Amino acid sequence: MVRSHVLVCGGTGCHASGSQAVIDTMKAEIEKAGLANEVQVVQTGCFGLCALGPIMVIYPEGTFYSSIHQADVAEIVSEHLLKGRVVERLVYKETKTHQAVHSLNDTNFYKKQKRVALRNCGLINPEQIDEYIAMDGYAALGKVLTEMKPQQVIDTIKASGLRGRGGGGFPTGNKWQFAANSVSDKKYVVCNADEGDPGAFMDRSLLEGDPHAIIEAMAIAAYAIGADEGFIYVRAEYPIAVSRLQLAIDQARAYGLLGKRIFDTDFCFDLHIRLGAGAFVCGEETALLTSIEGHRGEPRPRPPFPAVKGLFGKPTIINNVETYANVAQIILRGPEWFASMGSEKSKGTKVFALGGKITNTGLVEIPMGTTLREVVEEIGGGVPGGKKFKAAQTGGPSGGCIPASLIDTPIDYDNLLAIGSMMGSGGLIVMDEDNCMVDIAKFFLEFTVDESCGKCAPCRIGTLRLLEILDKITKGQGTLEDVDKLEELSNFIKAGSLCGLGQTAPNPVLSTLRYFRDEYMAHVVDKKCPAGVCKDLLTININPDKCVGCKMCMKVCPTSAIFITDEVKPGKKLPYLCIDQSKCIKCGACISKCKFDAIYKK
Amino acid sequence: MDMVQVKINGRDYSVPKDSTILEAARAAGIHIPTLCYLKGINEIGACRMCLVEVKGARGMVTSCVYPVNEGMEITTNSQRVLDARKMNLQLILSAHDKKCLSCIRSTNCELQKLSFEYGVEASYFTGRTEDHQKEISGTSIVRDNNKCILCRRCIGACANQSVGVINALNRGFDTYVGSEFHKELKDTSCINCGQCIVACPVGALSEKDETEPVFEALNTPGKHVVISMAPSVRATIGESFGYEPGTDCEGQLVAAGKRLGFHAVYDLNFAADLTIMEEATELVHRLQNGGTLPLITSCSPGWIKFCEHYFPEMTENLSTCKSPQQMFGAIYKTYYAKKLGYKPEDVVMVSCIPCTAKKFEVQRADQNAAGMPDVDYAITTRELARMIQRAGIDFRALPNEAYDNPIGLGSGAGVIFGATGGVMEAAIRTAAELVADVPFEKLDYTAIRGLEGIKFGEYKLGDINLKVAVTSGTKNAKKLLRAVQNGEVDVQFIEVMGCPGGCINGGGQPLQPAVVRNNVDLRAKRAAVLYRADAHLDVRTSHANSSVKALYDDFLGKPGSHLAHQILHTSYVKRGL
Repeated sequence: MVRSHVLVCGGTGCHASGSQAVIDTMKAEIEKAGLANEVQVVQTGCFGLCALGPIMVIYPEGTFYSSIHQADVAEIVSEHLLKGRVVERLVYKETKTHQAVHSLNDTNFYKKQKRVALRNCGLINPEQIDEYIAMDGYAALGKVLTEMKPQQVIDTIKASGLRGRGGGGFPTGNKWQFAANSVSDKKYVVCNADEGDPGAFMDRSLLEGDPHAIIEAMAIAAYAIGADEGFIYVRAEYPIAVSRLQLAIDQARAYGLLGKRIFDTDFCFDLHIRLGAGAFVCGEETALLTSIEGHRGEPRPRPPFPAVKGLFGKPTIINNVETYANVAQIILRGPEWFASMGSEKSKGTKVFALGGKITNTGLVEIPMGTTLREVVEEIGGGVPGGKKFKAAQTGGPSGGCIPASLIDTPIDYDNLLAIGSMMGSGGLIVMDEDNCMVDIAKFFLEFTVDESCGKCAPCRIGTLRLLEILDKITKGQGTLEDVDKLEELSNFIKAGSLCGLGQTAPNPVLSTLRYFRDEYMAHVVDKKCPAGVCKDLLTININPDKCVGCKMCMKVCPTSAIFITDEVKPGKKLPYLCIDQSKCIKCGACISKCKFDAIYKK
Repeated sequence: MDMVQVKINGRDYSVPKDSTILEAARAAGIHIPTLCYLKGINEIGACRMCLVEVKGARGMVTSCVYPVNEGMEITTNSQRVLDARKMNLQLILSAHDKKCLSCIRSTNCELQKLSFEYGVEASYFTGRTEDHQKEISGTSIVRDNNKCILCRRCIGACANQSVGVINALNRGFDTYVGSEFHKELKDTSCINCGQCIVACPVGALSEKDETEPVFEALNTPGKHVVISMAPSVRATIGESFGYEPGTDCEGQLVAAGKRLGFHAVYDLNFAADLTIMEEATELVHRLQNGGTLPLITSCSPGWIKFCEHYFPEMTENLSTCKSPQQMFGAIYKTYYAKKLGYKPEDVVMVSCIPCTAKKFEVQRADQNAAGMPDVDYAITTRELARMIQRAGIDFRALPNEAYDNPIGLGSGAGVIFGATGGVMEAAIRTAAELVADVPFEKLDYTAIRGLEGIKFGEYKLGDINLKVAVTSGTKNAKKLLRAVQNGEVDVQFIEVMGCPGGCINGGGQPLQPAVVRNNVDLRAKRAAVLYRADAHLDVRTSHANSSVKALYDDFLGKPGSHLAHQILHTSYVKRGL
């Protein structure tokens, strides 16, 4: 009889911070303590609070331990599991007040979240199909195959208001309807798991934490449109996701949930994995399909849309991982339940990967319509180090920067578009006062320039020209004409590019120009970088009144740019130091070394 | 035809339901610029020149691939559209070398023309440009990626030939057109057909220019410099001088050759007739002696190299006959030169051909009957046109002049060599009269004429029931040969021309911009010239060509003789991939 379950996060973040070692040690210690029959260790998917990983939850108490190291494991076994005493020092601080341990769901990080897509992540062992089935897994597939007609399935999805979670926000039910309406001897369903936005790992966590949810949803979609074959296109850089998906497919086949005559009906469906080789553009649906077909991954013009002419020229629906993750729940709990969450035109929840200048880096799932302020300040724990929130970037390199003045915007598809950003796949990067917005635009443009496939001229050449102008501006060589040119070119690239990559690539430029034009002006007119980021526009100086002449800075200066003056200031024993600007490379090593706060950027 | 109502620039039009916006606009007399679009070959919407506004659509749409639908409202020339196209051109120019003055395509460049039309500022955008090494080491094709605008028409043309040795490499701004492992074209299974060149809108691809050495030879005392004109050149050279496609300029072509200083201007049709004599003999021999069948023609050097790379197991099926060009050079250097009082080593044999693969052919092994290359320079129709221009000859003002003798005579059978099906028809004409004793006019040749990719015919020639197939374009050839290999097609004789439509659409023919290629049936117009010429000739069969007869009587003996084999036949290489 198992009396305790020890859940250890096996998601990407925790895996990186050493959860595998924690799991291995835990099992060994439990064995040593003779508890092997009483305590079960479960490797789960992502909990979301990646900043504090590895994370461990012990049930039935629900004790939430964070930042567990291998060395802490023995203590947890002997204290918590043997003696029943919570190891106070390891308990997540927010769950612990006045000796009482609170539920995880009451913490700021979790209490505003609503986990629908992520419902099983952090709860079940993704490598065990039985655990998924125990959480009503494959019940939705059974229901549609035995109780519903394909059109009823499509109508249910339509009524739920579910929209594509990959960025475009196209109504999922409509997409399925188009594919269902296309007459063909063969149709396909495809899962877009080519998550490529820098810093985004929503799909990865879903695939790693709950792979069967995707398989079940794809089977439901196949039934709805009349397909019998599916492909999951997943990045080769996600090895855990790939292996768990393959394991899940194998298990589903063994249980008869994939293959011929599923649930003893006439419905047949099988699924294959295709690995992406790391091109960002392959997240664009037509490029993804082209890549599956074995060609160079490049987009093609639409129409024809994939629902009419997709993979291998056959009608195809292609949905994002997170979109699929909602499907089974909608079938089981009804479209009204799903539509009750979210805002008027954006139903349900959305998973975001929080990153940048924020305390709780990690994965969060919130109802649509939650304000940016709630996400940043409450769930995310605010900007660390007492710095001021300056902007948030949503939608990755395709999105825009939302300024502090719009922090109360409820997050949904339409609101984000209206303020010049987009939902994207759900990256959310927070910036504080130390971020230069021109530099941020340049950062994202560098990404799109690298990732442009090179097929159409506006994206291939235009994004590089944008980057070159931005570079000029950050070097203090920009002119007012350059700013106009940036805007003109951005608008052309948006309107003239072949695919979504090019059509959204200028968004970081346009949104920063819209909300932070003064910063551009400071670079161009005053030749200053207000945030002190653009090296060519700042100098590092020593304040003679604070300098004690200790020469520590001289020792770390890589270019020997610091020299000793011949003047000793009153009250000091040694002559003060000075920086030779012609030699200084502005690396800032001296600033961090100085104990007297005497060196500053200007 | 189902029609839909659309509004273009505020006016109502009724257009075919399955047309694209580009086609609909053209039907309405509205021109939309394109750079990447080549109908049936490259429909990828990449260059973004054909952007138009469609009411209700997000952004602008590419009219080349966007289908019309009922009630669609299209604007092709709003300020927004014009600005976008200009901006696009300025971007393209920022990555282009802009060395128009020394460019082979100057005044005949689609990018240059659009830049002028849209009033671009060539240096509106500055920044990084690529510095590609110009690829000049091949025999036929020169590639200068510094001029490439990545429209990918060449890639489409190459794939359309089932050769596919070029594609986009790298990505983003670093993208360039090249071959696997960054190989040069000459190190790939490229067949030198030059279809990429005629597809290119700019100067990124061109034939290896040999006008300089030919001029040099013409100006070297003691050299006997002669030129022979391939059948299709008379049908196309006029296009280089502003004539409508489909204008027969044979007389002016000869006159131009003479004014350029060639000692003699010959008709390559003579050698076409010679080829028929040898090939027909070879066919009969194979039929009667259980030789390898089907026999496949060998006039097209692009096709030969294709066969050597992609069907090495079928090189025994190739006729051992040299191509007409090589036969001409071989027989000239071994026989006529001496007869005319020249030493073969003083002869400079130039041929003007519609073909870039011929440049490769002249350098092949086993093409040197007189102990030296049979042909010295194979220049394309385009190169000859450039020579005429450079020499200050006013082509349009030239009188009609006649080819030189004694070997200036070509039959109607020879002239139709330039179109797909022509070689087959010529062979059947001769076989009909020599084998079956039937006047050639009695047979019906419609099955093997025309621009169909693969054609079949059946001819009763005495005891022989000859089943033939005709194909052009190596994609079709591949399809046909696979069918032969699989036993789906049973024929004894196959004509293959490497370029779609045959020589009239060869890779060395005058360049026509996409707007012409997409809307004018160039192949039909050019082929019609050849069939008209044939119809007007007195001698329309190869065996009736008196010069050919005299050649056999005086020198070679019989077709297929030992001497004929030594001089007029060749061998092949199993290249594989």
